[in-house]
Amino acid sequence: MLEDLGSLFHGFSVALQPYNIALMFLGIVLGVIIGVLPGLGGANGIAILLPLTFNMSPTSAIIMLSCIYWGALFGGAITSILFNIPGEPWSVATTFDGHPMAQQGKAGEALTAAFTSSFVGALFAVIVITLVAPLVAQFALQFGPAEKFSVFFLAFCSFIGMGKEPPFKTIVSMMIGFALAAVGLDSVTGQLRLTFGFTEFLSGFDFLIAVIGLFGIGEILLTMEEGLAFKGKAAGINPKVVWQTWKELPRYWMTSLRSCLIGCWMGISPAGATPASFMSYGIAKRVSPRGHNFGKGEMEGVVAPETAAHAAGTSALLPMLSLGVPGSPTAAVLLGGLLIWGLQPGPLLFVEQRDFVWGLIASMYLGNIVGLIVVLTMVPFFAAILRIPFSIIAPVILVICAIGAYTVHNSTFDVVMMLVFGIVGYLLKKTDYPLAPMVLAIVLGDKAEEAFRQSLLASRGSLSVFWSSPLVGTIMALGLIALFWPLIQGAVSKLRSPPTKAAT
Amino acid sequence: MSEASHDSGRGPYQRQVEIGVALGTALFGAVVMYGSMKVGIGWGVEGPKAGFFPFYVGLVIVLSSVVNLIRVFADTKPEWVFASWSQLRSVMSVVLPTAVYVGALPYLGIYLTSMILIGGFMKWLGRYAWPITAAISIGVPLVAYFTFEKWFLVPLPKGPIEDWLGL
Repeated sequence: MLEDLGSLFHGFSVALQPYNIALMFLGIVLGVIIGVLPGLGGANGIAILLPLTFNMSPTSAIIMLSCIYWGALFGGAITSILFNIPGEPWSVATTFDGHPMAQQGKAGEALTAAFTSSFVGALFAVIVITLVAPLVAQFALQFGPAEKFSVFFLAFCSFIGMGKEPPFKTIVSMMIGFALAAVGLDSVTGQLRLTFGFTEFLSGFDFLIAVIGLFGIGEILLTMEEGLAFKGKAAGINPKVVWQTWKELPRYWMTSLRSCLIGCWMGISPAGATPASFMSYGIAKRVSPRGHNFGKGEMEGVVAPETAAHAAGTSALLPMLSLGVPGSPTAAVLLGGLLIWGLQPGPLLFVEQRDFVWGLIASMYLGNIVGLIVVLTMVPFFAAILRIPFSIIAPVILVICAIGAYTVHNSTFDVVMMLVFGIVGYLLKKTDYPLAPMVLAIVLGDKAEEAFRQSLLASRGSLSVFWSSPLVGTIMALGLIALFWPLIQGAVSKLRSPPTKAAT
Repeated sequence: MSEASHDSGRGPYQRQVEIGVALGTALFGAVVMYGSMKVGIGWGVEGPKAGFFPFYVGLVIVLSSVVNLIRVFADTKPEWVFASWSQLRSVMSVVLPTAVYVGALPYLGIYLTSMILIGGFMKWLGRYAWPITAAISIGVPLVAYFTFEKWFLVPLPKGPIEDWLGL
């Protein structure tokens, strides 16, 4: 414990170098812009900028990229409150009360409340990471292939059982990801597979291309279809408003704490920030004495989803760092970055790359402080970006996506694939297939398959290896519970309430 | 999709698109299974063969697609429109130029094609005046050139014009 604290202080000394502080500011500003613009979000924004960091030291690179992530989390709130357009899916719940507040002329209060709650949520999650991640990593060091596979199994099962999309659509989306990950060279036997004679498929599908296409191009097509015209409220933030809102916020400490816990829980299990924000909003509405006022411009209705979304978005990095299993698409992109910089994500990171890990954790504290300052002072600038007409923004984003897709492997074929992924993403999104499981499956496919095959190899093909020890058995059982959660929930509520005759 | 009309409220039904997507994923799954079978799905000397894992992945895709297909037919909710034809037209107004852009990129380089893409969008969809169109469509590729090639030393695809300029 004390040793970790020492490492953390060392991390601060790394993160506080002027170069890294400058990268932090750059990352936050870029991140907010990415969060504000339609078609660019945390995941594909980082995917596009990832190639720029190939020549940086891994620590500086991750500081910049994670700050882009914090910035994107902050940015979502600006568009939700001022424009009633959620820039990111996790800020949908923020529009419910944030935009009514802006319409009543309290945009400044709403923004301050949103930014401050985001900050509180993130800070809470970083503290959780600081305390828990090293322990999890130490524990996970003993994992064999079977345990590794069971962790992947748990992560993917929670997607199917906990997601709000129809389970079989989640399964299809996830399995397509696994299939795409399998294309190319088989890492175990060294054999080529699923290439069908196309040389372009030899190296497989890169998930960065998939992320840029699915989230970037797909989002632009969706925006185009909706024919967005941005009509925003003016953003007025001055120190007086900030101060008054800060004086009011401690009243909602109970909501904050609850939202922090919901957020951390949902972020670590890969349910992610979006369901966390909705769940937190829903519970706050039911529990709060001001619940009847929710939806009409109640500050508590801004605090709850923003705190939870940020706590979830931040804590999604915990399993990424300690187990090598990302909790969200953005965390998956960061994990891809680690691989590109030559670092092996997973428990060994805490042993072999102490500087990197603790530099990152320290930068999480600092990055969120920098983020709060940047967004509070620069809101009018960010709001102005959204007023740029879509007919200018759309082609510029297309060009940026194309550059991003090209630079991953210096391949123009990847740019073609990006467009294909974009069209597929548009169709899947419109028909309720979730995209996050597909991305995670593309990232983790190889590792999951390797763990699965190594376990089977050890047991000579018997699936009983996944029940051979209490640890594996417990994780697998948790996975099955998560998988069948909707059925379990249905059964429990049926048992509880007496059967009613009125059949629907 | 032959019922194209100028009525903005009409378009393909959600159900039709859902069926199409489910059939598409099933086909994808079948292709994956076929590809896996070619490399062997059984048990080799070094354990499971290369096609072992993807074969079952493909099988699950096919089975789940069938479930999704059944659910579409079992759904008794009233049909609604996936997107109106005019909405789809605006989607295509992005897809088609982007397809041309992506196709021309390997031959003409990224700078010239990006200028044409941005300029075309602003002129045809946004109806901007020439000066601002020119400023943005030339400015963005220039910024990209300096950011990527000069500061971060990441080369971008170039075409005959860049060669001629000796960049």
